[in-house]
Amino acid sequence: MPWGCNSVNDTRTRQEPIIQVQRVTAAYQGSVVIDDISFEVYPGEVFVILGGSGSGKSTLLKHMIGLYQPVGGRILIQDEDIVTAERERRTTILKSIGVAYQMGALFGSMTLLENVRLPLEEDTDLPPDAMNLISRMKLKLVGLEAFMDYLPSEISGGMQKRAAIARAMVLDPKILFLDEPSAGLDPITSAELDQLILGLARNLAITFVVVTHELPSIYAIADRVIMLDKRFKKIVATGRPQELRDHSTDPWVRQFFNREVSVP
Amino acid sequence: MATAASVHQAGSFETRISNDRATLTLLLTGRLDANTTGRLWREAQHIFEQSKPIRVVIDASEVSYCDGAGVAFIVKLQQYQARTGGDVTIHGLQEEFRRLLGIYGQISIDPPPGRRREPLSVVEQVGHAALGVWQDVQTLLTFVGELTVTLLRAARHPRLVRWSDAWLTAERAGVDALPIIALIGFLLGLILAFQSAIPMRRFGAEIFVANLIGVSMLREMGPLITAIILAGRSGSAFAAELGTMKVREEIDALTTMGLEPVRFLVVPRVLAAVTMTPFLAVFANLFGLIGGAVVMRSLGFPLVSYVNQIVSAVTVSDLLGGLFKSLVYGIVVAGIGCLRGLQTTTGASAVGQSTTSAVVSGIVLIAIVDGVFAVVYYALGL
Repeated sequence: MPWGCNSVNDTRTRQEPIIQVQRVTAAYQGSVVIDDISFEVYPGEVFVILGGSGSGKSTLLKHMIGLYQPVGGRILIQDEDIVTAERERRTTILKSIGVAYQMGALFGSMTLLENVRLPLEEDTDLPPDAMNLISRMKLKLVGLEAFMDYLPSEISGGMQKRAAIARAMVLDPKILFLDEPSAGLDPITSAELDQLILGLARNLAITFVVVTHELPSIYAIADRVIMLDKRFKKIVATGRPQELRDHSTDPWVRQFFNREVSVP
Repeated sequence: MATAASVHQAGSFETRISNDRATLTLLLTGRLDANTTGRLWREAQHIFEQSKPIRVVIDASEVSYCDGAGVAFIVKLQQYQARTGGDVTIHGLQEEFRRLLGIYGQISIDPPPGRRREPLSVVEQVGHAALGVWQDVQTLLTFVGELTVTLLRAARHPRLVRWSDAWLTAERAGVDALPIIALIGFLLGLILAFQSAIPMRRFGAEIFVANLIGVSMLREMGPLITAIILAGRSGSAFAAELGTMKVREEIDALTTMGLEPVRFLVVPRVLAAVTMTPFLAVFANLFGLIGGAVVMRSLGFPLVSYVNQIVSAVTVSDLLGGLFKSLVYGIVVAGIGCLRGLQTTTGASAVGQSTTSAVVSGIVLIAIVDGVFAVVYYALGL
């Protein structure tokens, strides 16, 4: 992956995919929400999973990070099946990815620095000042170094999401999964977060898998999107968001991108 | 550039010190990541402290991989030199890693000034604690006032009370507590009787064990253990439930809907607890007496003697006095549980703190109320 490339589309075809979802069927509370879908994510791209409410976006994400077991199919992360991997191997795979949850999921009783430092304390033998320096670097990257002594409850929602990203990337994962990063944020904070994601993807070659339905964010960050449709429980569209908006043959997809009300 | 052999090799370094001991050359090789730099970090620190070089030359041409942790290691060396007035030159670091150093290397040597204040002196701590207690007393008085007014209004307009909630709470705090109340009451009666029977036997006064069990259970122990179990079981549950509602902004939602949290949430719980505590105390008394009976039977006394002895020893005022105390305990425990729930701040640990505080404050208040009752009953000659 060349550093600082502006678009991954041209290089993508020459690369091996970093994540492969193969014929996955997923059920949530007994009912099938995703039926036999396949797609691939390539290194360094910002890959966005789209869909209306209840289309199974978050469910799909939770399958990709190994929290849920699919009913059928395989999910390969860096060529290793996260579904069938043995316990230890699975832990290794999970440590190679980072996840930032919708509400941040920062530990409320720890300061931001302690939150970010936690994976280092558990997984490495670094001396304390090394852990602090690395944690400060990650917090500085998301613009929160000055808030390292604050508790999550003392900072705003946007800051919490940024801190969650810092925590997710403290072990330098190759892949970051973000669940609705801009939901509930004001447009400026949301745009700043988009910049952060783009910066990390372009400068650090981190692959992003993002679940969102915030249109401005999608246009700003997405290299490629897939759209899930709860009517068919399938992927109904794949491609660049601008192209789908202007050229999709599916009226629902065009409606989605143009924020139109569906006409019965 | 990294050789093929060094790609998967763990990070390591070799050092070379110039003849004048001013220049330290550090040859870094292999992977510099979070798993391998821990050892390097310690070794390098040791070497730097020993040799105190003026100039450091880092040869990074054999570094095969470098992530945030590797960059932090290099930055740390730079910072060490900056602090001691020396300098660092880096050679041969691959472009992609150099770029990473550019991104992460902007970090200042010292962390930004923390917001944590200096630790307080003992005098200040005592002052803070005293102020906290005073504020707590004020809050408690305000809450008691608000609860009293709301309860009086509820008495005038019973339709204002959410009876469905009150019934549900009565079942959870009352009926569901019966097994544990019965068990503890029985064990307490059993133990009291057994412990007192041994010394009393020396005076041939074993039959007076019945007096002791009767008076102590009915006047004191029955209501007291009921209240303590209520504090542990239901006071904590009220605090956790209301605390979670506070964290999830449900209390704010009630307020903005014009529904007072005290009327909507506290009154049904207090009413349920007040109604159920005397009943639970009756069961605690009963099972305490049964526990005593078991011991007395095993000592060879017929059941009828035990019962007659108790009937002659305790009066109705002993029973009613105890039950009235339990009623007040019920108000205190439910009230403080709800108050602590409503006082919950934000965050997951806040609910835990409220719950702990509800149980601790509940037990402290039970002890205070018990003391007040002892004095009042004594003054009244009861």
